[in-house]
Amino acid sequence: MSSEEIEKIVSDYVERQGSIIAVLEAVQNRYRYLPEEALRIVARQTGRRLVDIYGVATFYKAFSLKPRGKHLISVCLGTACHVRGGQAIAEEFMSQLQIKAGETTPDGEITFETVNCLGACALGPTVVVDGHYYPHVTRSQVGGIIADALAGMERDDGAAGARLFPIHVSCPNCKRSLMDYDRRLDGHPSIACVIAYDGRKGRLGLSSLYGSRASEVELEVPMNEPCRFYCPHCHEEMPHYSNCVECGSPMAALYIRRGCAYEVCTSRGCPGHLLNLDQPNMK
Amino acid sequence: MINLTINGVPVSVEKGTTVLEAARYLGFPIPTLCHKEGLTPYGACRLCVVEIGREPNSRLVSSCTYPVEEGLVVRTASERVVKARRMVIELLLASCPQSKTIQDIASRHNVRQQRFRQEHEDCILCGLCVRMCEEQMMAGAIGFRGRGRGRSLGTPFDVQSEVCRLCGGCMEVCPACQARCTFNEPEKAICGACANLSPPCVEKEQFHDMMCYLTPCVACEIKK
Ligand code: SF4
Ligand code: SF4
Ligand code: SF4
Ligand code: FES
Ligand code: FES
Repeated sequence: MSSEEIEKIVSDYVERQGSIIAVLEAVQNRYRYLPEEALRIVARQTGRRLVDIYGVATFYKAFSLKPRGKHLISVCLGTACHVRGGQAIAEEFMSQLQIKAGETTPDGEITFETVNCLGACALGPTVVVDGHYYPHVTRSQVGGIIADALAGMERDDGAAGARLFPIHVSCPNCKRSLMDYDRRLDGHPSIACVIAYDGRKGRLGLSSLYGSRASEVELEVPMNEPCRFYCPHCHEEMPHYSNCVECGSPMAALYIRRGCAYEVCTSRGCPGHLLNLDQPNMK
Repeated sequence: MINLTINGVPVSVEKGTTVLEAARYLGFPIPTLCHKEGLTPYGACRLCVVEIGREPNSRLVSSCTYPVEEGLVVRTASERVVKARRMVIELLLASCPQSKTIQDIASRHNVRQQRFRQEHEDCILCGLCVRMCEEQMMAGAIGFRGRGRGRSLGTPFDVQSEVCRLCGGCMEVCPACQARCTFNEPEKAICGACANLSPPCVEKEQFHDMMCYLTPCVACEIKK
């Protein structure tokens, strides 16, 4: 850690008129915590008072003023995750890691913490390892998650604000799973659909990591042209409930669970997608 | 000018006046704790509650932060207001029973008991010291840290702040820490000014003509 390096990170953000929170996030992503010196530099370069910066840094649980381990495991104890047994998951982590929440293992490898809602309540109990979301975690998975963390997952520094967690979808019409376990994308099973454009049909594989834009298309479709989405099992067309906020094309809705839809933009090349946790048509 | 009625008395005041100021102008007393003239209203203590609007749609608001509105109907001592205010006093007593300021308010309102779990906090998070330090002393040495139950007041990193002027302004306005800032428990002190080890006027050139609130002050005694 050097002051010049911190100054560089901060000035990049100041130039782009980033908010204080974004600056602190960038610093924390680099050092895994907020060193005292960094807060002083942020205050100096943004022209704010140190008390105010310190107030922000201590307000959010995501920021740490103490050095953290190489990997961060966060277990959600928000309301939704709590009622689905988040507490038991947290206890299992604490007993396996032999540390309490907020502590780091003596070898400096893993910091364990509990948080209040990660914004992915439908997936609860939710665990996040270095930016990767594990949905519906059970106690028996805890050991494996710790092993994953130690093995090192590619760190998602949240630069684009994207949240990466795997989802499991099925056809809203026949309810058969759309997950393709043989063709993996981003290291997870892909979501298989059939798309049609201009009278021709082909396979489309989408990454099941929510937030990832990886896909495989086996049909020539010109950029920005909307296609139709079909189920590979029942061949019914996927329903459309809303239009894409990015480009205005219809979104194809895939079924996650009762009342909960994953909607993807049908336009070729458009990154638009959303998780609709309150889709009455999916009930 | 904005016209409103307070306890049935019509009054017209300038736009931007708070309900508290308008009521005091008419002579209606409203107790306050986190409000001080010269500091931005903050609305932390809720002691200054008043009822606005007509029943059954009336509601309670903090008068120190509520700007007057045309046609507003305000009651400063309705049954609902008195009940709410007594509750606020009880809560203050529950967290900070040793504060002379709070005891005085309680006795003025005839509150002799409180029904909550007794605690002994040395801060009620009223923010007076923060505003004093920032707005009057132009120092910005102390502030709130953390959130929720863990919220507390002090300097960044809990070390003596390099921008603190040791003026004592924060202690002067604090309703709760008269007891704490005697520096006999250094780890509980906010800014350390109360230790008054180096009177600012004597040692710090640049603070020559600043306000100072330190009492008692060794240097003052010697100068006399
Ligand atoms: S003594 Fe220090 S902390 Fe207190 S008001 Fe003065 S400058 Fe601020
Ligand atoms: S230290 Fe005193 S003035 Fe400052 S917030 Fe606490 S109670 Fe209020
Ligand atoms: S002599 Fe007066 S101005 Fe100087 S520290 Fe004492 S009280 Fe403050
Ligand atoms: S409650 Fe756990 S993600 Fe919201
Ligand atoms: S005096 Fe109005 S809320 Fe404290």
